Amino acid sequence: METRLSINGDTHMLDADPRTTLLDALRNHLGLTGSKKGCDHGQCGACTVLIDGRRINSCLTLACMHDGQEITTIEGLGEPGNLSPLQAAFVRHDGYQCGYCTPGQICSATAMLKEAEQGWPSYVSDDLDGAPALDGEEISERMSGNLCRCGAYSNIVDAITQVVGERA
Amino acid sequence: MTNSLTMDTPAERRRLDEMHQGLVGEPLDRPDGPLKVSGRATYAHEWNLEDTAYGVLVRATIAKGKAAIANRAEIEAMDGVLTVLTDNRFLRNPAQGTAGEAPVQSGLDVEYFGQPVALVVAETFEQARHAAQAVIFDGEAEADVPFDPEAVDPEEQEDETVDQGDLDAAMREAAHSIDAVYRTAGHAAAAMEPHCSIASWDGDELTLRGSYQMLKYNVAELADALGIDEDKVRILSPFVGGGFGSKLGISPEAVSAAIAAKALGRPVVVNMARQQVFDAILRRSETRQHVRLAADEDGRLTGIGHEALVSNAPGEEFAEPVTQSTHFLYAGESRKLGLSIARIHRTPAGSVRAPGEAVGMPVLECAMDELAEAAAIDPVELRKRNIPERHPEEDIPFSSRKYVEALDEGARRFGWDKRNRHPGGLVEGEWLIGHGMAGASRVNMLNAAEARVTLSADGHATVETDMTDIGTGTYAILSQVAGEMLGLPIDKVETKLGDSSFPKGPGSGGSWGASSSGSAVFLACEEIRKAICERLDCEESDLTLKDGTATAGNRSLPLADLLGGDDLVGEGKIEPGKTGEECAQATYGAYFCEVAVNRYTGETRVRRMTGVFGAGRILNRKTATSQCLGGITWGIGMALTEELVHDPRDGHIVNRDLAEYHVPVNLDVPQIDIVLLDERDDAASPIQAKGIGELGLCGAAGAVANAIYNATGIRVRNFPITLDKLIGELPGS
Repeated sequence: METRLSINGDTHMLDADPRTTLLDALRNHLGLTGSKKGCDHGQCGACTVLIDGRRINSCLTLACMHDGQEITTIEGLGEPGNLSPLQAAFVRHDGYQCGYCTPGQICSATAMLKEAEQGWPSYVSDDLDGAPALDGEEISERMSGNLCRCGAYSNIVDAITQVVGERA
Repeated sequence: MTNSLTMDTPAERRRLDEMHQGLVGEPLDRPDGPLKVSGRATYAHEWNLEDTAYGVLVRATIAKGKAAIANRAEIEAMDGVLTVLTDNRFLRNPAQGTAGEAPVQSGLDVEYFGQPVALVVAETFEQARHAAQAVIFDGEAEADVPFDPEAVDPEEQEDETVDQGDLDAAMREAAHSIDAVYRTAGHAAAAMEPHCSIASWDGDELTLRGSYQMLKYNVAELADALGIDEDKVRILSPFVGGGFGSKLGISPEAVSAAIAAKALGRPVVVNMARQQVFDAILRRSETRQHVRLAADEDGRLTGIGHEALVSNAPGEEFAEPVTQSTHFLYAGESRKLGLSIARIHRTPAGSVRAPGEAVGMPVLECAMDELAEAAAIDPVELRKRNIPERHPEEDIPFSSRKYVEALDEGARRFGWDKRNRHPGGLVEGEWLIGHGMAGASRVNMLNAAEARVTLSADGHATVETDMTDIGTGTYAILSQVAGEMLGLPIDKVETKLGDSSFPKGPGSGGSWGASSSGSAVFLACEEIRKAICERLDCEESDLTLKDGTATAGNRSLPLADLLGGDDLVGEGKIEPGKTGEECAQATYGAYFCEVAVNRYTGETRVRRMTGVFGAGRILNRKTATSQCLGGITWGIGMALTEELVHDPRDGHIVNRDLAEYHVPVNLDVPQIDIVLLDERDDAASPIQAKGIGELGLCGAAGAVANAIYNATGIRVRNFPITLDKLIGELPGS
């Protein structure tokens, strides 16, 4: 079936099996392999992309459900030579090792910063009202849907903390 | 020319320290970083080959017997299906690390539940997955198959046995003794990138784009499995999405993809689903460990016993070497060490990060904690009292060993003197607070490695080897070694990896990658330096290379001028030698941990950890630190959550995905304080470096367990220490 996908500002006409997940559409049909398949079951977060600015596991949603929505993948956040602040901070703080979970971590963190700005509380927030301060524990909790088997978590927190500091 | 070195004598001339570029050791960013953070690094599944067909593996759902597809014609008629393949060359399980030959090839003969026995190939992934799910087997399952490692007669691994002195007598005469049985659960490597291969043929030449750690071995394994010559096989693995041992040997998806691609005359990709990775990729064996410690009044060990039971499938040589570091870490005249292996029909076992020490060291270090308690000695002091002067079994000296320094520095940074001294006695609201420590030890190995370095006429250098970077930092450190030796800024050096057509590296495993490949690059650069000396007509000792300029005496000129349009090529080759036999080489460290255990639920939170490590010369402080962070994170997982659960009826892994097999998440891991000690180990390698990729794990879970004991007064001898093992004994329960 035909779906009109708007990805990183470009329009793609996808003609694919209706069973095609958004993740497989990106990777197998559109050549956008930055979003990773770690589990295909919404358990690891490696496939995280942004749909209309919100983070989503692209393996858990079908491509044909997103006709007309704005999709942003890791490729749309920056490129070598022109990295986003989060991408650059991940390099500086070694917020990765093998790099396979990294696009998902960065997409997730990009949306997470916006969620916090909008005052969304988390499990570890003391207060349900007001803008939560993104300290290490808040960042860790909000990033716990993105697994990293290499164990770069503390560096990931450092990278995000740097960007939070730059924005303040 | 190839500059070859067999490591027969210690490298007392520390040549890297004589260089001037100032790159080695510096915490430089990874050169591959921008590609990784922008989604542009090419992992196994991500090569866009025209006309690629999709293959999906199908698993057996019996534990032992002969599988047969009952509905082949029906599957072949499904939309888009190109073929349903079964083949006697299909692998039962991956090759063990460094095998260099095909593992057991069993076709439809099933030896464990979950063994891949068929491949369905279709035009699209969706079609292949659907068809694979529709396959029905009518295989015959055998009865009376053993699944429980503690219910069969095990085979003794005689080469792992030590029986020295009289341990029974030492135990009887000891002022303080510990005699305990510990158990550790089986573990999955669970690298984030599932195993994947794209096979394509050009005539009789096969190119495999896969996710592999050790290409020189993998080429041989794949060629052997297919019955073709090694020179017809090329493997590309420039980026590997995590390995941890699980990608050491060629695995079932590669062989099935190659067979399918040949049959169909087009490229075939086979990407294992996460559940298939759990089912069919080698697991870490569960262990039962009997530990005995005998000590005198002052806590000096008079005897050590460490006897372990592990498991594997029939026909697999690998046995988790649980006691590997127990052989030399502590003194004690009477010693009884042993390893037995139970043959059972679970998913076969193999190397998972730090095989041996990952599970053996935490248990030894828990037993040492028990002894410290029994003898009323500070656990740090107890360890220091028992560090032997020479290898207690082989009577050979140690190479550089920073165990004491790690213990002291860790204790100081952590504030060990302010620790809780009364198990169960430090309470903060509903949390019981505890402190624990453990030592770290991992044997050090060097593996044969080759590398080629080209200094181009324009003053750039290129490093080439089939070595891999599985997240370890190989791209960074090899460029740093080459830049240091050739006096080039880091942006003038490029490292190319993961192509089996390059000189053969050691592969990423056994923590030997950095020191072995780094040494090969070092030797190749020595060759280039020699050629530069000839052009400058100077002695090697008079040559200074820095910032692209060669200086000798009062002459100085840019490398580009010196080269005059020529490229200089150097090849280096390192091989292990007598220093590996004449002294005991290992890396050492210490962990200190604070936990909070909920007094009502038994939930454990790790609050802070300090790790101090000595691993010879550090080549890049940033990536080396990351290796240690990762190792400690694994230790937290092993201590608290990671456990493969097998169905007792058929051995199958029940928790075969990342929702049920619990690796640590971000909130499970605190900020961890890592210290890398300044060290040079001349016996280890000509660059004085040792391995660091596994050390962070080798004892870490013991520190967490000892902290839990200190918090609660409950000694759990069964890893992982989940809530259920604490809750019944918590104070007030």
